[in-house]
Amino acid sequence: MSRPGQATELVRRLDQLGTNDRPEVGGKGASLGELIRTGIPVPPGFVVTTRGFLRALETLDPGAELRARIGQLPPDAAAADPTIRPLRDRILGAPLPDDVRDAIVAAYRELGADATPVAVRSSATAEDSAEASFAGLQDTYLWVRGAEDVVEHVRRCWASLYSLEAVSYRRQRGLGEDGLAMAVVVQEMVDARCSGVMFTCSPTTGDPSVIAIESGWGLGSAMVSGEVTPDALVVSKVTGEVVKREIAVKTHWHRMDPSGHGVVSEEVPEDLQARPCLSESQLTALTRLARRVEQHYGCPQDIEWAIPTDAGETDIVLLQSRPETVWANRPAQPVAAPKPRAFDHVLGVLGGQARHRGDDR
Amino acid sequence: MTDASERTFPLPSEITDVPGAENWASMYPAFTRFRPGDDQRFWFYNSMHFPEPMPAFDAITAEVPYTAIGANTARLFAFPTTLGIEHRIVNGRVYITANPVLDEDEVARRLQEFERRAGHYYENWDDIYTGWKARIDALIREVDDIEVPALPELDDLDAITSARGYAQNHLVRERWHRCIDLFSMMWHHHTELLMLGYGAYVVFFEFCKTAFPEIPDQMVARMVAGIDVIMYRPDEELKKLARLAVELGLDDVFVEDARADAILAQLEARGEAGSQWVKAMDEARDPWFNVSTGDGFYHHHRSWNDDLTVPFSALPRYVRLAKEGDPLLRPTEQLQEERERIVAEYRSLLQTDEDRAAFDQMLGLCRVVFPYVEDHKFYCEHWFTSRWYAKLREFGALLQRFGVVEQADDIFHLQHYEVDQALADVMLAWAAGGSVVSAEHVQAVVADRKQMLATLAEWNPPPALGPVPEALNDPAVKMLWGVTSETIEAWATAANVSGNEIRGYAASPGVVEGTARVLRSVNEIGEVLDGEILVATVTAPSWGPVFGKIRAAVSDIGGTMSHAAIVAREYGMPAVVGTGQATERIRTGQRLRVDGDRGIVTILDGDGR
Repeated sequence: MSRPGQATELVRRLDQLGTNDRPEVGGKGASLGELIRTGIPVPPGFVVTTRGFLRALETLDPGAELRARIGQLPPDAAAADPTIRPLRDRILGAPLPDDVRDAIVAAYRELGADATPVAVRSSATAEDSAEASFAGLQDTYLWVRGAEDVVEHVRRCWASLYSLEAVSYRRQRGLGEDGLAMAVVVQEMVDARCSGVMFTCSPTTGDPSVIAIESGWGLGSAMVSGEVTPDALVVSKVTGEVVKREIAVKTHWHRMDPSGHGVVSEEVPEDLQARPCLSESQLTALTRLARRVEQHYGCPQDIEWAIPTDAGETDIVLLQSRPETVWANRPAQPVAAPKPRAFDHVLGVLGGQARHRGDDR
Repeated sequence: MTDASERTFPLPSEITDVPGAENWASMYPAFTRFRPGDDQRFWFYNSMHFPEPMPAFDAITAEVPYTAIGANTARLFAFPTTLGIEHRIVNGRVYITANPVLDEDEVARRLQEFERRAGHYYENWDDIYTGWKARIDALIREVDDIEVPALPELDDLDAITSARGYAQNHLVRERWHRCIDLFSMMWHHHTELLMLGYGAYVVFFEFCKTAFPEIPDQMVARMVAGIDVIMYRPDEELKKLARLAVELGLDDVFVEDARADAILAQLEARGEAGSQWVKAMDEARDPWFNVSTGDGFYHHHRSWNDDLTVPFSALPRYVRLAKEGDPLLRPTEQLQEERERIVAEYRSLLQTDEDRAAFDQMLGLCRVVFPYVEDHKFYCEHWFTSRWYAKLREFGALLQRFGVVEQADDIFHLQHYEVDQALADVMLAWAAGGSVVSAEHVQAVVADRKQMLATLAEWNPPPALGPVPEALNDPAVKMLWGVTSETIEAWATAANVSGNEIRGYAASPGVVEGTARVLRSVNEIGEVLDGEILVATVTAPSWGPVFGKIRAAVSDIGGTMSHAAIVAREYGMPAVVGTGQATERIRTGQRLRVDGDRGIVTILDGDGR
């Protein structure tokens, strides 16, 4: 859980952040800041900190009265809606304190012209196992334009913390409401020609010598929503060679809504559907980025990336990097122990190891 | 995955004779015939070594290796879980099965012996290999030195003055037998270190596959493979000759599509420079042109020395490159550095210090045994075997001279046991001053067999026969058979593969499209055009030069350590090997996509045959 006492600023720029700021800006915000620090291309942006959230709630829920009531709901909170609705409505609609509002608007204006499109995404502040309290709250709003809209979508992120699902989830697991806080990342929108995710180890076997890359046309949201089967490639970390290449027929892509606000799902032009999204040089660039990020963090990473339409072929930006959890959490199993003589390995294996005496593991 | 034991292949007894070749069994000794009890065992078609029906004589290339390899594992080193390999021939195709050791006490007993015996070899590997090379050298010299008796009208005067005590027809059989015996000895030497060498590789391979489940086979091979491999020498020699041609101002002689004898004639006309070049080539020929266009299992796999087509079809390109200033040198240092970098990276990706220590041990052992594993083929299958076939042809010429056969090469349509009889006829005729008696019979047999071989070549042999055993995953069995449960699965489903896709091993990465050039014989190698995709049953090291022209390689036979795979990786071109059927299904001129990442060849126009 966050420690609000530490947070002093309502809003912070991404390029001022690092891993240590996590309690205040959430995992997403901290990792983006850390990536920028490492010299990795990340679209500019800012985070509405947990302090910003709590400061807003001081006005929206004075004395934490509504929150206290939610904290007393029974674990089976299926009918809790009447209790949580008032708070949600206030977060979404009641006037915000001026300082919070001004800070968001100022930070947004600093990004550029007034209609600069941004992505607004929730950024969970909890660590490790407590991540569970934010399950399902990874809200993302794309192609948000104008200060009003940005504030509006920040509020939506905050409100999602008090959705029926989120509250039920916390109640069922006996997770407290005290100090619950959320940061929100506001980041310049990438008009992605193609985008995807990559793991710096194999998600299926845990093999640490490969990078698994999935890619689709347009914005990454089409893949996240499961609307398209992405191209799936496995690249050797050691040589950069493609070890596996499954090129899918990518029927849909997410692109900017013609109104300029939000996202629309469209059919991919036919000649593009079966085409691989990534060129060899893009693969090489992605692989290099993946290795850099993994080396920086010292553990396998799960990375979101995009290639902007108006950028050079290999000008890739990263939108997120978080530790891979499935394989990283398994204890390292030794494959084989050294033996007195090198050829003892052969004697063991050709000797029908499984069938004879137990000097081998 | 379906239970392997549910797979059904035809039983040996269910295989019927190919119409028009009902008499095929007469070509092979009785000990190669399936018998009723064989129906209870699992056999697989050894298409890797024997992709064509066996000419009668060539069946010796199954008989002799299996006497040696089985003795090596069963009797010499006492491999604990496996004895040797049995082979049978049906419709001209060689099927094999390994005899496993199933009794646990026996395995334990053999293991003790195995540890002592194999341990001795591993401990003294370098010395033993040095001795091995000396022994093989001596064998090659001996086969070269065998003199086939000339059987002139009168025996040499020397036989009298030295009171030799016998006439030279005696030597016909003695020397023929010596040839056969030397072949047997070569194969005993061939297998002497082979299984232990492969064993070291298999163990390292399994380790890498456990630590890095998605590591491509080729990457493991690359960590182990030597840089200075003797198999590259023939190609290196050609490049040297190309540079020399440029230095001597002879580059205009080497034009594409010119026949070897035409080029040689032109060189002769060029005086001093020409003869200097020819002299250099003659020096390179022994031993480096002793590369078979196959791998020595068929008499018609000729060597560069037998037929200069291959080297002379490669030379024009090398000469052109040399003229353009290409040094034509393999970047060995760079290759070495790259190999060590790959090793270091995988090593650093291991999770524990224990793993790194075990990795070092296993790789270290591979590096010790690999010079033998990589080089023995040149000494055995190429150098020795090329010289040996050349010597056998001299005996064929003797039979021809006496009218037993019409052409020297007809000797290869007789079992080696039958050659004894044909030679006896010659020995008798020379002694009696009469003429040979068996000519009509022998020539009829030869004609019949040639026709049968052509008929049998059309037969599509089942990949396996008999019930599938459970114990397929014993590493020793896997190593000896080269067959796993997955292989059998693939065979069983091969029939259902879609019409325009052919699957094999992903041997060298990359994807390209291009026009197919299907080669069934190396004699067609001159037809390969720049930028084509080579499709061949198997590629031998002597094909090396053609890799400079092609964009991708596809083979019927071979794994990731096969010659095609190694050379393709070195040339950085995609390769799919071990497809089993590429030359059957692809026609020259078809558009292909070769996906060396996934091991898939797609015929882009048409369905394939």
